[in-house]
Amino acid sequence: MRLKYPSSIKIIRVPCTGKVDLLHVLRAFEKGADGVYVVGCEEGSCQYTKGNFRARKRIEQAQNILDTIGIGGERAQMYNLSSGEGTRFAQFAIEMEERIQKLGPNPIKLAHNKSAA
Amino acid sequence: MIVADKKPIQEIIETVKHCEKILVLGCNECVTVCEAGGKKEVGILSSALRMYFLNQGKEMKIDEITLERQCDHEYLDEIRDVADQYDAIVSLACGVGVQFTAEKYPSMPVYPGVNTCFLGATEKRGLWTERCQACGSCILATTGGICPVSRCAKRVMNGPCGGSSKGKCEISKDVDCAWQLIIDRLKAIGRLEDYEKVQPIKDWSTDRAGGPRRVVREDVQL
Amino acid sequence: MNVKTPSKLEKILRSGQLAVTSECGPPRGSDPEEVVKKAKLIGDCVDAINVTDNQTSVVRMSSLAACIRIKLLGYEPVLQMVTRDRNRIALQSDILGAASFDIHNLLCLSGDHQSFGDNKQGQNVHDLDSMQLVQTVRHMRDEGKFLNGDEIKRPPQMFVGAAANPFADPFEIRVPRLAKKIACGAEFIQTQCIYNLDRFEEWMKLARDRGLHEKVFIMAGMTPLKSVGMARYMKNRVPGMDVPDDVVKRMADTPKEKQAEEGINICIEAIERLKSVEGVSGFHIMAIEWEEKVPEIVKRAGLYPRPKVD
Repeated sequence: MRLKYPSSIKIIRVPCTGKVDLLHVLRAFEKGADGVYVVGCEEGSCQYTKGNFRARKRIEQAQNILDTIGIGGERAQMYNLSSGEGTRFAQFAIEMEERIQKLGPNPIKLAHNKSAA
Repeated sequence: MIVADKKPIQEIIETVKHCEKILVLGCNECVTVCEAGGKKEVGILSSALRMYFLNQGKEMKIDEITLERQCDHEYLDEIRDVADQYDAIVSLACGVGVQFTAEKYPSMPVYPGVNTCFLGATEKRGLWTERCQACGSCILATTGGICPVSRCAKRVMNGPCGGSSKGKCEISKDVDCAWQLIIDRLKAIGRLEDYEKVQPIKDWSTDRAGGPRRVVREDVQL
Repeated sequence: MNVKTPSKLEKILRSGQLAVTSECGPPRGSDPEEVVKKAKLIGDCVDAINVTDNQTSVVRMSSLAACIRIKLLGYEPVLQMVTRDRNRIALQSDILGAASFDIHNLLCLSGDHQSFGDNKQGQNVHDLDSMQLVQTVRHMRDEGKFLNGDEIKRPPQMFVGAAANPFADPFEIRVPRLAKKIACGAEFIQTQCIYNLDRFEEWMKLARDRGLHEKVFIMAGMTPLKSVGMARYMKNRVPGMDVPDDVVKRMADTPKEKQAEEGINICIEAIERLKSVEGVSGFHIMAIEWEEKVPEIVKRAGLYPRPKVD
């Protein structure tokens, strides 16, 4: 559709969001990602039945952990759409980017820089 | 199996915050099945701790190893060469593993990363419930296979008590009345007449009350 | 009449007369006057006074101490003992302590779980259950021996009772359970308070069918309702309690300032009806924190004055 979405977003494709593990999300933040979001199929339309439900639960777990350790749970989000909805995909991307801009960079990045300095 | 539950991260942070390098040690058996202390949980805890301490301006070295079990010498031996490199080991095994690891490496502080809860079974994913309290003198044959020691809040041997209501225990709607279960089971196996047999006073000396216990099998000792 | 103990309650029950007992809850403090006051309020119109044992797992003056106080006043106490808080050593010990003050009545109970009370984090004991405690007391009395077989010097002369709840689940084993308590040696039963008279009579019939009414004295529990709020609370929040809708309605239809009076009327009507039920040997009136109404209930139910025994 050639819609625009922010260049700060890196897309990682998976056969089903059910493949995304809690550890993938946490390690991404460990390495300095400012935000991680998972875009899965509409609930009820998952080809593998429950993959997107699993992803949602894992994002919730990640949010809890990130809140507890002071990184901020809102940096992780779950979205659902159907595969034909290109406009919504771009919308989510913009929304996510705006949210992360507001939250600021991942404090881990700053901590990494400080210790390197 | 032994069912455990993760300790809150804040508690673990408090325990290890004075360390520079720690080993998070998982166990591949019971705590893996109850998703509290297996390889995956080791990874999750380590990642969270690393980020927390980094955020605090502290770079803590956090290594991850998961052993087959922590209640056997042969597996604990596997970390013999690396154990002394750390300030502390956070063991995600059950209380047995934590202690056995500490016994094997007595100069190493070993901290628990889970709360060991009970002997139980997986009713469904994410729900584990207690079934046994290891009283040492099993009476399941007389109670239709349902244990009044572990499943009755008052461990009455001749129940139910007066608080049994609609099949639930007086302490909570989530807890089945063990004696309702026993009666239903006795009916199902055609042995309801066993209900009126008086269960004799229990010998608790094989239970915790008798002191720390041991099982000795000389026939298998070489 | 073959009494087994010096218990006044036993004498009255075995003589075939309807017995009346009531209850005194010890204070949450050490002032003996509170026990004395309650005992004097009800002592004249009952045959024996039960003293609860840390009821609802709330810490109160010990039942044994309050029983001694009541005994010294000249009344007849019924020592209630729960198995929640004491192991077999302490239980046997307290039985001897009670016997040393010539307390002759013991009611054996499990006790409400400690999560109901003011010390939810405490341990519970349950070394014995209530049935095994009944067996133990009978053993101490009739064989004159401790649980381990040693001789007891001056064995306790206790008339032993247990509780029964005709309304707890499952209904089908409530009578077998009564049979079990009798088999363990229970000599009298005090039931949970009764509002569903039909269901209670059904339970009594099943008990009679097995001849249990001839093996044990069954005292019907009665608690007067103070208000419609109390009726609703008992109905919905207390496990093992059966308060029929028509009882709640009767209270609800009564103007607020007359509800207490109506509650007492209901209680007295129930007593009158149950008097004629075969196998009911007496009444156990539990008017918690409303002890001053017990004399009125006993008198209006035609149960006053109480028989004199030597």
